[in-house]
Amino acid sequence: MLRFFDRPPSRGVLLALLAAILAACFAIEQFGLVDDYIRFILITLGINVILCVSLNLVNGWMGEFSVGHAGFMALGAYLSACVSVKWLVGANPLWMFPLAVIVGGIAAGLVGFLLGLLSFKTRGDYLAIITLAFLMIVKSGIENISYVGGPRGFLGIGNETSLPWTAAWTILTLWAIRNLVYSRFGRAIVAVREDEIAATAMGVDTRKAKLVAFVVSSFFGGVAGALFAHQLQFINPGSFDIVKSTEILVMVYLGGIGSIAGSVLGATVFTVLTQVLQPLGTWRMVIMPLLLVLLMLFRPRGIMGLREWSWFVPRREFADKEKSS
Amino acid sequence: MDYFAQQAINAVQLGSIYALIALGYSMVYGVLVMINFAHGDVFMVSSFFCFLLLLVAPVPFAAALVIVMLATAILGVCIERLAYRPLRNAPRVSAIITALGCGLVIQNTTLSLSPYSQRMPELLKPVVWKFGGVSVSSLQVLIVGISVALMLGLDFFIRKTRYGMAMRAISMDRITVPLMGIPTNAIISMTFALGGALGGAAGVLYGMAYPVIGASMGVLVGWKAFVAAVIGGIGNVRGAVLGGYLLGAVEVFTVTVLPSTYRDLVSYSLLLIILIFKPYGLLGRPAVQKV
Amino acid sequence: MMSKKLPYLLSFVLLLGPVGCKETKPSVKIGLNLELTGDIPAVGASSKNAAEMFFSKLNADGGVSLASGPMPAELIIGDNGAKADQAAATAQRLISQEKVVAMVGPNSSACAIPAGEIAESLKCVMISPWSTNPKTTMDTTAGAPKRYVFRACFTDLFQAKVLAKFTLNDLKAKKAAVLYDGSSEAPLAQATLFQETFTADGGEIVAFETFTTGDKDFSAQLTKIGAAQPDVIFLPTYYNDVPLIAQQARRLGITAQFVGSDAWSSPEIIKLGGADLEGSYFCNHFSTQIATDEAKKFVSDYTAKYGQAPDDVAALTYDACGLLVEALEKGGKNDREAVREAFAQIREYKGVTGTFKFEPGSGDPIKSAVVLQIKDGQFVWVTNAQP
Repeated sequence: MLRFFDRPPSRGVLLALLAAILAACFAIEQFGLVDDYIRFILITLGINVILCVSLNLVNGWMGEFSVGHAGFMALGAYLSACVSVKWLVGANPLWMFPLAVIVGGIAAGLVGFLLGLLSFKTRGDYLAIITLAFLMIVKSGIENISYVGGPRGFLGIGNETSLPWTAAWTILTLWAIRNLVYSRFGRAIVAVREDEIAATAMGVDTRKAKLVAFVVSSFFGGVAGALFAHQLQFINPGSFDIVKSTEILVMVYLGGIGSIAGSVLGATVFTVLTQVLQPLGTWRMVIMPLLLVLLMLFRPRGIMGLREWSWFVPRREFADKEKSS
Repeated sequence: MDYFAQQAINAVQLGSIYALIALGYSMVYGVLVMINFAHGDVFMVSSFFCFLLLLVAPVPFAAALVIVMLATAILGVCIERLAYRPLRNAPRVSAIITALGCGLVIQNTTLSLSPYSQRMPELLKPVVWKFGGVSVSSLQVLIVGISVALMLGLDFFIRKTRYGMAMRAISMDRITVPLMGIPTNAIISMTFALGGALGGAAGVLYGMAYPVIGASMGVLVGWKAFVAAVIGGIGNVRGAVLGGYLLGAVEVFTVTVLPSTYRDLVSYSLLLIILIFKPYGLLGRPAVQKV
Repeated sequence: MMSKKLPYLLSFVLLLGPVGCKETKPSVKIGLNLELTGDIPAVGASSKNAAEMFFSKLNADGGVSLASGPMPAELIIGDNGAKADQAAATAQRLISQEKVVAMVGPNSSACAIPAGEIAESLKCVMISPWSTNPKTTMDTTAGAPKRYVFRACFTDLFQAKVLAKFTLNDLKAKKAAVLYDGSSEAPLAQATLFQETFTADGGEIVAFETFTTGDKDFSAQLTKIGAAQPDVIFLPTYYNDVPLIAQQARRLGITAQFVGSDAWSSPEIIKLGGADLEGSYFCNHFSTQIATDEAKKFVSDYTAKYGQAPDDVAALTYDACGLLVEALEKGGKNDREAVREAFAQIREYKGVTGTFKFEPGSGDPIKSAVVLQIKDGQFVWVTNAQP
């Protein structure tokens, strides 16, 4: 039975599985099959997976250290909230909500593009600091815009994020990033991480790779932010500060850099632990970082560092291996 | 004119404290090329050390300063031994994440033990002198004086003593230095001890200037001091001092013209602009990448 | 070998999910959404103490008298960390997971406003003991009062009038400066309303400065304020910020009188503020010195149980719980709609903080306020203010 998990399944099986998951989500939503709270947790999990996988693209596959991901989340959250509360008020949520999410993603993606441009000249720790500056600028900027409520927050966002939508966006994110990573651009991104100068010497367009990585990463960060805003129904700049960025970083490094399965695992472990350890109160935030430190000491690349679960690997990679062996 | 002078004094006081903490970040980065994210929380905890010390044994100011600096130095070395040394050869990012984790552990342990803010007992009774329309408190003079003395001492140590030379050597080439017979581990531990001691001094002075201490104060101040270190050129001791005073000035003077919600926006925009034009900070040297 | 199987093992273990033991005995579940950690933990602690004292007494007397018979009340406590997003998440958890019939708190307006939105959309009664901001019970999109959110205290509209009149008439001060936390809902509203009322009554606001939550250094703002030479500095901000502001002001040589709002009310402020706050005035909901007989009993019970006198948050929480139980018993059912209907019917209630009068359709009681002074390290009652 375990052998079933060692090889990626055929396309038909995969599509059937995804359809089943979506159908299950619809059923749960329609008939209230699970507790409201479990539903809330599942949606949070989906959002965390999207955040984790998108940040892993820049931090894991490209080997940078971006601490500004919460800033992209903020942009997505606020823009999508503006669309659904201020600009397209009263529109049918069936087409309005995905539009709002996409608008949020695009807004984040545009800013991600700018950040990508900045990354041409700076790398490593200095890029990390630039991402930090970006995060703080976004947060402070929002605090000074009273149109979106300033520091006191944006109220009255509709509860649009449902289980089917979250599942759909999560699947879309995983699919997009997996395809990106195993494509020409993905190889270029990994080349940038391993040795940028050698890659340039070999003719790899590293600038394009960096831009693609930042734009895709920030787009999905914005998408996650939009889903987050429509789940919590209230957002304020305080939700998108360095603490939030740190949480996303913890998820990425916990699960393993450069691995989609690792991101899913890291997001799951983090979300579950956060809920399960609730009764501990503030000691929870002592235990969790301590576990992280211990994990780093014994497995510095995360639980699934740089390795991948076979289901996420495209079939042609397996075909090549079988041919050569 | 008086008003400007008053604000300038405020800026110098704030800048001194940022500079002391920024030095800790810069020294560790210079030697290990690692951002010690736990430093802000080490600074916070030193304020609590001071508070506990005064609760148990009300000692005079000088003694309290020395004891807390010592205690914080020991804490810095412990963190290095337990959390950073095993990761010396691991990917750099793991060390940074570990530093973040350590900082969180320290912060939340303090929060769990002391959920309420505490009032730091008064160590010295401040005397307020007035020069025309400008008020100068003896506390401000003390803070600036001690900070400058410590910074000069550190500068002297780094440039004129053998240990300082060893630290500079390690920051240039960590692999070759042990071949020359220099005990790298000891020097690195010493770097952390010095950084910790300076952070401890900053904690005591900060606690005296702003006597309400809470567990989350390390996060805000720590990140700002980190920004200051980067503005000046991280890894560069003089740059950290410059960055600290620059940031203090920007923060104080921004609030004089704009509402205070713009303060962070201006500080970080300034940081971004400086980094775009001088990617290694004001006094930093570009890192040479060997192919 | 081990490392290969590890990820599978971990995933399997985690899929077991959160295991929780659920109470099977029927009880009236009441949620508390309090500031137990964060910037103002003393407020949450007071609230929690008062609520626990009220309900343990109630349960000892048999519990809530519903139409189906007496049922014990069960308190489910959530921490909002004095952060708005956490308050919203805690409200979600209490209402959706714990399925409380009603929620008491949050206390700080920054938390109460978003929590109120959640309560209103999920149709669960919420009563905030201490939040004075008008927006808490107001549905801003509809422009009408919320149906499910109530409060146990007066609003900032009334408080601003009281303080402005006191400053002008009693303190005979014509020039006032204001320093407040611009990033938090409550101080912002209080500062703005004070400014409006003060200038309308003939006073002059000479400086209007802001800071951000978490700031420790106010020297820039205070230097500006000092240059304007006010008679009075109005500080509508929480007990953890005021001591630093007062100390820095005095060190800069500013001798103006400090006046505060009900955000000062925790006794922690004396512990943290010391001599710099001596002689300052502030507005409050409750004073132990002018207590009615019923209030005196509450004060002595609380002091006996917790070793310190109750502050206004405790007294208001006690009254909020009392109002809630009255609504439960009048409605007769352990059901959210019944509680809401009954609550909306309450016109008058006598609590430890005075007499509450509710107008139909409004969740805001009409009550009187007190002005207190910090003298010799204690809160001393100065005067009452009627609506």
